[in-house]
Amino acid sequence: MLDTVMIGAVLASVVAAATTLLIASLGELVAERAGTLNLGVEGMMIIGAAVGYATAYSSGSLLLGTLAAVLAGMALSLVFATLTIWLAANQVASGLATTILGLGLAGLIGASFVGTRLDAAPALDIPGLSDLPILGKVAFGQDAFVYASVALLALVTWGLARTRIGLILRAVGESHAAAHALGHPVRKIRTLAVMFGGACAGLAGAHLSLAYTPFWASDMTAGRGWIALALVVFSAWKPLWLLAGAYLFGAVSILQLHVQGFGLGIPSQLLSSLPYLATVAALVLISAMKRGQGAPASLGVPFVPDR
Amino acid sequence: MADVVPSDPLASEPPPALLEAIGLTKRFGALVANDHVSLAIRAGETHALLGENGAGKSTLVKMMCGLLQADSGELRFEGAPVSFPDPAASRARGIGVVFQHFALFDALTVVENVALGLPRHEGLAALAARIEACVHRYGLQVEPYRLVGELSVGERQRVEIVRCLLGDPRVLILDEPTSVLTPDESESLFRTVDLLTAEGRAVLFISHKLDEVRRLCQRATVLRGGKFIAEVDPRRESAASLARLMVGAEVPRTPRIVTHELGEPRLLVKNLNLKGDGSRGSALIDINLEIRAGEIIGIAGVAGNGQTALFEALSGERLGGDAEAIVIDRTPAGALGPTERRALRAGFVPEERLGHAAAPDMRLSDNVLLTTHGDGRNVRHGVIRHSVLHAMFGEIVKRFDVRFGGRDPKARRLSGGNLQKFVIGREVLREPVLLIVDQPTWGVDAAAASFIRTTLRAKAAEGCAVLVISQDLDELLEFTDRIAVMCEGRLTAPVPVEETSREAIGLAMGGAETASAQGDADAA
Repeated sequence: MLDTVMIGAVLASVVAAATTLLIASLGELVAERAGTLNLGVEGMMIIGAAVGYATAYSSGSLLLGTLAAVLAGMALSLVFATLTIWLAANQVASGLATTILGLGLAGLIGASFVGTRLDAAPALDIPGLSDLPILGKVAFGQDAFVYASVALLALVTWGLARTRIGLILRAVGESHAAAHALGHPVRKIRTLAVMFGGACAGLAGAHLSLAYTPFWASDMTAGRGWIALALVVFSAWKPLWLLAGAYLFGAVSILQLHVQGFGLGIPSQLLSSLPYLATVAALVLISAMKRGQGAPASLGVPFVPDR
Repeated sequence: MADVVPSDPLASEPPPALLEAIGLTKRFGALVANDHVSLAIRAGETHALLGENGAGKSTLVKMMCGLLQADSGELRFEGAPVSFPDPAASRARGIGVVFQHFALFDALTVVENVALGLPRHEGLAALAARIEACVHRYGLQVEPYRLVGELSVGERQRVEIVRCLLGDPRVLILDEPTSVLTPDESESLFRTVDLLTAEGRAVLFISHKLDEVRRLCQRATVLRGGKFIAEVDPRRESAASLARLMVGAEVPRTPRIVTHELGEPRLLVKNLNLKGDGSRGSALIDINLEIRAGEIIGIAGVAGNGQTALFEALSGERLGGDAEAIVIDRTPAGALGPTERRALRAGFVPEERLGHAAAPDMRLSDNVLLTTHGDGRNVRHGVIRHSVLHAMFGEIVKRFDVRFGGRDPKARRLSGGNLQKFVIGREVLREPVLLIVDQPTWGVDAAAASFIRTTLRAKAAEGCAVLVISQDLDELLEFTDRIAVMCEGRLTAPVPVEETSREAIGLAMGGAETASAQGDADAA
């Protein structure tokens, strides 16, 4: 009896840990499929966490907080988009600058909220299903962010594969010159894709500060933005593989906590690094298998119309 | 029959032009790419746009389809002024363009590629059916659900044409369509063009292959140096008179000197096999070749049949064959890298000038160093001797008539022809005993091309063995001694130029000879 409750709780925390990553990496995947490499995920995520927390704490509304987080992530992504897409600046340097800017701004915004606490976003039980043993709570007793992440995954998978806008977006990421020659607005599409990425990163930040760990700390993203970036590569730019990657990382990061609890004598620093090691190992394996296939051909290449 | 071209161009009531450019001018900085150029395309005709590289053909076409905006001048469609702010606007008017560099997406299927060129979305299944119908009607062999990345160049071109045709264009513009096709594929393209004009569509056929233009086109506009030169009926002109209009002077043919004695073998290739690298790089299968001092061997073939792999295997950029498979001047070189092979006095000129033969952002003098650093003249104990380097640079520029602005510009500032002369000069001055050149005159103007061929010919006369890989069959027939054909990674035995014909080589380029050779082997 105790075991099933325990397993259920562990699984539920795996889902929670994976959700942040899934949301953020889905956004980045869309941006990258359109050909823009935005290394600012970490910055957009933390600004979302800070603005979301500040808004929710001040207004008392989690929904308002979430909306503000999405808008904040989007606003920061627009800085990146302006630099790289409209001014053809280097994407790597601009992305790093975006992260640094985001971390700084978030610290400023969050400064007066250090030490406060919020009530976490409530679990939304689905009547009937959430009472199922073990998996009931895991799959159907989660907060709105978890359901949103799954809906987002379905939307992105379907949208990229089946809709015209998805097709055009993939085409722009594959060859911006060809897409331009066919009359598709390359820079507009890339801007929208980057903004979608920013919105997702902001949402992931809101999940952190409003649901997963409902308080504000200036380093609360703890490199999750970078992991989200790595997951996109790990997934070979396929949304469904993101699900696998996010849950692998989530599972290892939760399990190592429990292993630390058993006191096996392994240094905790080593255990804490396990999720990152697992992700790196998975990345290396996948890229060895696929030899870098699946990357959008124009990824990271600035587009300047008419040469 | 309003479409018949009047014998006298000044005759009254010419048929109305479908698409007309009047006095278009386009400047890029100081360069006037188009200087008051006019062109009129009529319904039901195949109109040639003739000119050398740099004559302004591409600029004109880009203005006619909305990719570039003219500085002055006017476009008319069926007599009424129009402007095309972007390619979508010209497509909406019924102007379709198939560019030389296809606007295709390798990672997408044929149907998806076609869908991207249409103004509205339709179901991919319905679209695939429309593609099949179009394929059937115009004889364009294309499979809707294949990945474009897997297709041959000819198939890709057909995808482009199908994409244009589904937009139901009134005017179809084909930019150098046959430069990537086998003679057979060209024939089938011409049949498609005839079907299109018979339906009252107009085709603008951009080319510098005069025989094709004379066969296919009823009218030709000639550009030279960005200016309109003449509008003629190509069927009434000779290839020589058209060439005169294009170049503005007689183009000398390269003299063929076959009187000299052939020396010993400089390059021996025995059963060279190479695996393909990944999805795009092609494999080499059982390549055998011998080149003797004093001869030029040409390798013909449609792009993408393994020529690049062969060049890289011979230059040492790609290793993987047996050490004995490649013998340069009696030394087994199969396991040696490019610098070691150069030390055996081999010279290599790759196809891609910028980025492969020369570093675009390095000065020309530094580019000299790239292939000569191992020769022991300009580098001593790891230190560059700039005085020697500049003397070498000066000699290349003088002897090979390389023209540029400034004293020592970056490689990317040079025109294609001048950079090619520089790259070839750099190798020739190393006094190689073996010279391997991939696409010696690709994208080079006629005068420079003629100079390059003469240079290679002279080098052979001095006892160098020369291998020329080219897609330009006319060029190979003009100045090589023997021609081999590359098809799907195999190389046919070289045949003396006098004993072969365009048709025979064309068949082999399409794989006919490989097939029969296999048949013989099976029978044996």
